[in-house]
Amino acid sequence: MIEADEAGRTFTVRRRVVHAVRDLSFRVAAGEFVACLGPNGAGKSTTIKMLTGILTPTSGRIRVAGLDPSRRRTALARRIGVVFGQRTTLWWDLPLRDSLELIRLLYKVDRKVFRERLDEMCDLLDLGGFLATPVRQLSLGQRMRGDITAALLHDPAVLVLDEPTIGLDVVSKAEVRDFLRRRCAEHGTTVLLTTHDLSDVERLCRRVLLIDHGRLAFDGTLDGLRATAPGATSIEEVVTDLYLRSRTTPRTPPPAPRPTPDGPSATA
Amino acid sequence: MIRTYALLAWTWTRAAAQYPLSFALMTVGGLVVGGLDIAVIWVIFANTDELAGFGLTEVMFLYGASQLAFSLADLLFGNVDRVSRHIGAGTLDAMLIRPASPFVQVAADQFTPHRIGRSIQAGAVLAVGLTRLDVPLGRVWMVPVMVVSGIVIFAALFTLGGAVQFLLTAAPEVANAFTYGGAMLTQYPLSVYDARIVRGMTFALPLAFVNWQPGLYVLGRPDPLGLPSWTGLLSPAAALTLAAVAALAWRAGIRRYRSTGS
Repeated sequence: MIEADEAGRTFTVRRRVVHAVRDLSFRVAAGEFVACLGPNGAGKSTTIKMLTGILTPTSGRIRVAGLDPSRRRTALARRIGVVFGQRTTLWWDLPLRDSLELIRLLYKVDRKVFRERLDEMCDLLDLGGFLATPVRQLSLGQRMRGDITAALLHDPAVLVLDEPTIGLDVVSKAEVRDFLRRRCAEHGTTVLLTTHDLSDVERLCRRVLLIDHGRLAFDGTLDGLRATAPGATSIEEVVTDLYLRSRTTPRTPPPAPRPTPDGPSATA
Repeated sequence: MIRTYALLAWTWTRAAAQYPLSFALMTVGGLVVGGLDIAVIWVIFANTDELAGFGLTEVMFLYGASQLAFSLADLLFGNVDRVSRHIGAGTLDAMLIRPASPFVQVAADQFTPHRIGRSIQAGAVLAVGLTRLDVPLGRVWMVPVMVVSGIVIFAALFTLGGAVQFLLTAAPEVANAFTYGGAMLTQYPLSVYDARIVRGMTFALPLAFVNWQPGLYVLGRPDPLGLPSWTGLLSPAAALTLAAVAALAWRAGIRRYRSTGS
């Protein structure tokens, strides 16, 4: 469902070429729920933006739902849903209901189907109380539920979630996670999620991609990731350990492949 | 494209209708600015019978045609040169994940119909000028052609202004110099300006094709700089050429888009 082959993106900052992402290769099969982890500035957002067609890769090849994101952006938009936790994709000044109706029209979702899906979401995410409120007046938790609803109204095959639980309180986080797990399992949606909250990963994802310095540093199961640092007591420690190790490893040559007892092999 | 534009424009119009006082004040403000422009023309003709060889009705005709084209282009596409705001705020990302052209989404964003007031005003000046001019029927057909060409030229300038901002973020003023500046320049017969400026507006930035060259054709007057009388008929070609350049620049801009951090 998602394929990246040696995908890279460079930015020119004051005449210096910066590799935000380089030689990124991975595959995500239909129905998988994958977490994409990495420290700030590692290239997670750049990756997400290349997968959704917002940024054009400067090298390599990317396919999402069989389409080249940057060239077939509009066609791809009908098949993917995107949530940016940091900012809303809804219209700031419009009531939530109007925003969702506009999305219905933009995605050409049949009115009856839309009604059914919205009723289902209202039920599961408890939207009823704030459908008439302008988006700018919603609390963060309400806004996030609105954004998730908006991303799912056209029943996308792929859902991309960029930090969907950032800033949410414990209760809201649990609600959002429960909803995502159930809904995506029922519909067979392929999900790629970035997060800094490792409990998101523990609850939702079987597979983990770790991106660091713009490269794929680990690709395997959560247990596999744990096994890379046997002494660690929590998943936080495992990831911190990996971050620290990658920081002390010289940048060139690229970091050596790390052993992964189960799951797909690590790449460098 | 048109359907999406209409959809977004209608949504924003309804949103704006929630603040009727602001809407009324903006409409009045637009009309006052337009009224001042017209007052300047009246003041000029209170002191002289002609402006660079053109009488009051001819100047009204030229002014009305340019302002009608500009105000309609501004109403429909005036937001495109403010794309730097969307780049800075990250809202362009949200537009790029929708199954609709980001150009249409930027253009229709925050659409308010109050600017239509200026178009009506400019249209009235154009109509009054035309009825007093006695243009032969064989040349009147050029009037709608020049207005539409003018809309396309100004829309292309707004688009070029927007495209530039993918390279130079936070420089909408540079773009405004060409769009609003172009609207100012074409208010008067171009013969009031130095010949070098007029040549630049004919061959480089085709502002002379908004109302000057086609206007000379409609008025049946020779070009003071000696270009043949059929030059005015080239307005649609000039407009389409500029539109093609603008479309390419916009596409290049989107491909070079760097997004913001996070």
